[in-house]
Amino acid sequence: MATVLGLVLLFSFKTPDAPPDSGLPLAVANGTPTPGATSPFGPRASSRPGATGRASSPPAPGTQPPSGGDQQVDGNVVSTQFGDIQVRLVESAGKIVDIQALQLPNDRRRSREISLFSEPILHDEALQAQSAQIDTVSGATYTSRAYRASLQSALDRVQG
Amino acid sequence: MGTAISLDLRDRAVSPAAVAAMFDHLRNVDARFSTYREDSEISRLGRGEMSLHSCSPDVREVLERCEALRELSRGYFDIRAHRSDGGLDPSGFVKGWAVEAAAGILDTGGARNYCLNAGGDVITRGEPEPGRPWRVGIRHPELPDKLATVLETRDLAVATSGAYERGAHIIDPHTGREPDGLLSFTVVGPKLSVADAYATAAYAMGRDGINWIAGLAGYAGCMITTERRRVWTEEFARYAATS
Repeated sequence: MATVLGLVLLFSFKTPDAPPDSGLPLAVANGTPTPGATSPFGPRASSRPGATGRASSPPAPGTQPPSGGDQQVDGNVVSTQFGDIQVRLVESAGKIVDIQALQLPNDRRRSREISLFSEPILHDEALQAQSAQIDTVSGATYTSRAYRASLQSALDRVQG
Repeated sequence: MGTAISLDLRDRAVSPAAVAAMFDHLRNVDARFSTYREDSEISRLGRGEMSLHSCSPDVREVLERCEALRELSRGYFDIRAHRSDGGLDPSGFVKGWAVEAAAGILDTGGARNYCLNAGGDVITRGEPEPGRPWRVGIRHPELPDKLATVLETRDLAVATSGAYERGAHIIDPHTGREPDGLLSFTVVGPKLSVADAYATAAYAMGRDGINWIAGLAGYAGCMITTERRRVWTEEFARYAATS
């Protein structure tokens, strides 16, 4: 599997809050084959359970959890106007392998018209995205690589 | 700042010349359509220094399609609404249109599996790996490092408009104000030019935009409201990742 990542910066379109730039390409990087590249996130730093939640079996500081041993980290119960939300993170060998909803608002009914659906955005969905591998991001005005780096840094801080 | 355009190409056999031609095309469109270049055709046309029939066929095509979109959207997509000087700003259509054409250049060059992302507007083709769809995260409108939802796509265009978007500040042309009640609007469908314009128009409509999208054939939408809720059309659920 060969991967070519190219990046070019152009389209000096409407930018009210910043001076326009030349619109010339600032960077072009083509043709860098990365055989076997599959994970958009790269190697993940190990998390620190307990930083924001309760770890049921926290590892000794500075050590990897034992291979194959699952750890569960329960987030705090978060009250929203739609009801309470609580999420459990399951880690195995430093990787997030599952995110379980312990509590969810009972609010997945149809709304407004028969063709429309509605539900609240849950607190921890970025973690779900991480565990399932995102290739790119819509709505982000920076590169998906920058997005991955940002998400990675957030993950490194561990969110409960 | 310019728009970042990234290409994730998974086909080994595509020639570097095709990739170079694709980026050349984007630079060429930028030179003719940038509202920040005083010498671009679109700027000269807006100042009355050029007539429409002396513009390039591409400029005429863009303006015709923008006019059709203005009528279809009941005036919510309006390339004359965003500039106090009366100039033309078709960037809500041009970016998607240019990237769509860039994808066509890749297709002609033999590319079958790639993801092209231009400032958050995305075209996916084929698969990143055999048997796996592309996974496209939709940015959380308030938290840059989080996602509001995840889509699984093969051949699809995804466009998102939001108040956070650099330089967007989409206004309702009928009131001159930013719409209330929503934070971002994502539209998916076969063509990025159309999805991009639909997302701009639907965002300008405010919460009514989701009903407008629900009535358009071939395109689906999802808005994020100020209450941090997703509201989506029935067709949109086809693309929602289940894990």
